[in-house]
Amino acid sequence: MPPSDTTVNEEPQGVGDGSQDQSLIVFDDVVKRFGDLTVLDDLNFSVAPGERVTLIGPSGSGKTTILRLLMTLEKITEGVIWVGGEPFSHMRRGQGLVHASEGYLRARRKRIGMVFQQFNLFPNMTVRQNIIEAPVHVLGTPKDEANTRAEELLDLVGLGEKIDAHPTQLSGGQQQRVAIARALAMQPEILLLDEVTSALDPELVAGVLDVLREVAETTDITMLCVTHEMSFARDVSHRVLMFDQGRIAEEGPPEQIFGDPREDRTKSFLRSVLDNDF
Amino acid sequence: MDFLIQRLPLYLDGAWVTIQLTIGGCALAFVLAMFFGIMGTIRHWLPRAISTVYVEVFRGIAALVLMFWMAFALPQLSGFRLDDMFAAILALGLNVGAYGAEVVRSSINAVPKAQVEATVALNLSWFQRMRLVVLPQAWAQMLPTFGNLVIELMKATAVVYLIGVADLTAIAQNMRESTGETVIAFIGAFVLYYLIAQVLIFGMRLLERRANRKLGRTPPRGGGMRLPFKPASAGTTQAGGI
Repeated sequence: MPPSDTTVNEEPQGVGDGSQDQSLIVFDDVVKRFGDLTVLDDLNFSVAPGERVTLIGPSGSGKTTILRLLMTLEKITEGVIWVGGEPFSHMRRGQGLVHASEGYLRARRKRIGMVFQQFNLFPNMTVRQNIIEAPVHVLGTPKDEANTRAEELLDLVGLGEKIDAHPTQLSGGQQQRVAIARALAMQPEILLLDEVTSALDPELVAGVLDVLREVAETTDITMLCVTHEMSFARDVSHRVLMFDQGRIAEEGPPEQIFGDPREDRTKSFLRSVLDNDF
Repeated sequence: MDFLIQRLPLYLDGAWVTIQLTIGGCALAFVLAMFFGIMGTIRHWLPRAISTVYVEVFRGIAALVLMFWMAFALPQLSGFRLDDMFAAILALGLNVGAYGAEVVRSSINAVPKAQVEATVALNLSWFQRMRLVVLPQAWAQMLPTFGNLVIELMKATAVVYLIGVADLTAIAQNMRESTGETVIAFIGAFVLYYLIAQVLIFGMRLLERRANRKLGRTPPRGGGMRLPFKPASAGTTQAGGI
């Protein structure tokens, strides 16, 4: 391992960095390595409350890793992630920051929800149980209330009549819509969408994207979205980040990124995905 | 035949002891298997080490030797004498529990990582994750092997007559010695052991079917004793379900 000069424990951390900001999410010099492979390389960006940000870029460019770091499914190598003005990947100890403990994360992670590429519904539960178990056990929502909310959410995703079905009885697109309802049932401030249509048959993609468009229009949930659906990114997001090799190659509003990309990397990437799309 | 019918009550007494030993041994083995198996999946080294020690020690000792030790050595060492029945259950439970713990551990580890990640995204605690998601899914995986262990345990009870418990084997042995009817005396034991095993297999299969249904899987059809009595066509046309 190369000696690093930005290790959290050595350097007096700018504890003010993330907290001064009005941003909801701040990535502050974030580095993620898997062994010798650097997936995210000194990444800095922030997301405002209510903002919808789409991450695009070739596979292996680190987009999914960003979502997984935020969801605490991966441990950060260097740098700090801030959420709502508080350190999130780390916690304060004395003057500095140390890696967050499970207890610290448990108190904060409920602000964030995630929808996965492979849905990850629980096969041992019905659709209803998939949606209500976490609110009931984690948030302490009364069961009646959780049930009412589950029915509302299933209506929102157009699956009201499937409430007592098992996940295995649903198509991929239906499963993904249930997974969206499950994430929303926790009433997260931040919703992470990790290539949510990549595992679906082409004819099922539109249904899932329509649900997400509806969520985007009717709520002020902050969204971070990794997707290869460029038209969805254009319609829904406020800002697009183009990633390449663990760094932001270009960022801007969707009209600019899709209409007038400046970087060669962006141009060639867009050309390759749009060729596949049409 | 008359020989057996006259002595049926004696055989049934023996079978009842065998059944009690099986139930007691299974209950103890199940609790130990769950406890040490779950401990074996915890990331911290200490619970994992404790689990490994239990599994390796009790898997390595023959159940019979353990039983002798409980019945004969322990009273000498501690001056405290265990009930023979209790000593037998303890020895069987500790031994089979060690095998069971490995089954529990590997079944939990076989639950897809994506399922665990979904529980993290929903902010479930470790305990909630185990109870709501991991164990119900691992359960279906454990059951077929548990079924084998239950049968193994039932058959292993046959050695308890060596510490003086009057189980089915002990009854057959007595019968042979008192009457000299070696062949017939053991046939009675054969039949009863076989019947007990069939009941256990049937029960385990019901549990398996229920576990698979809960996971939304089509349960495997037929098997056991019912298959030969079914017309071949009925089995195949119904197998598809919906």
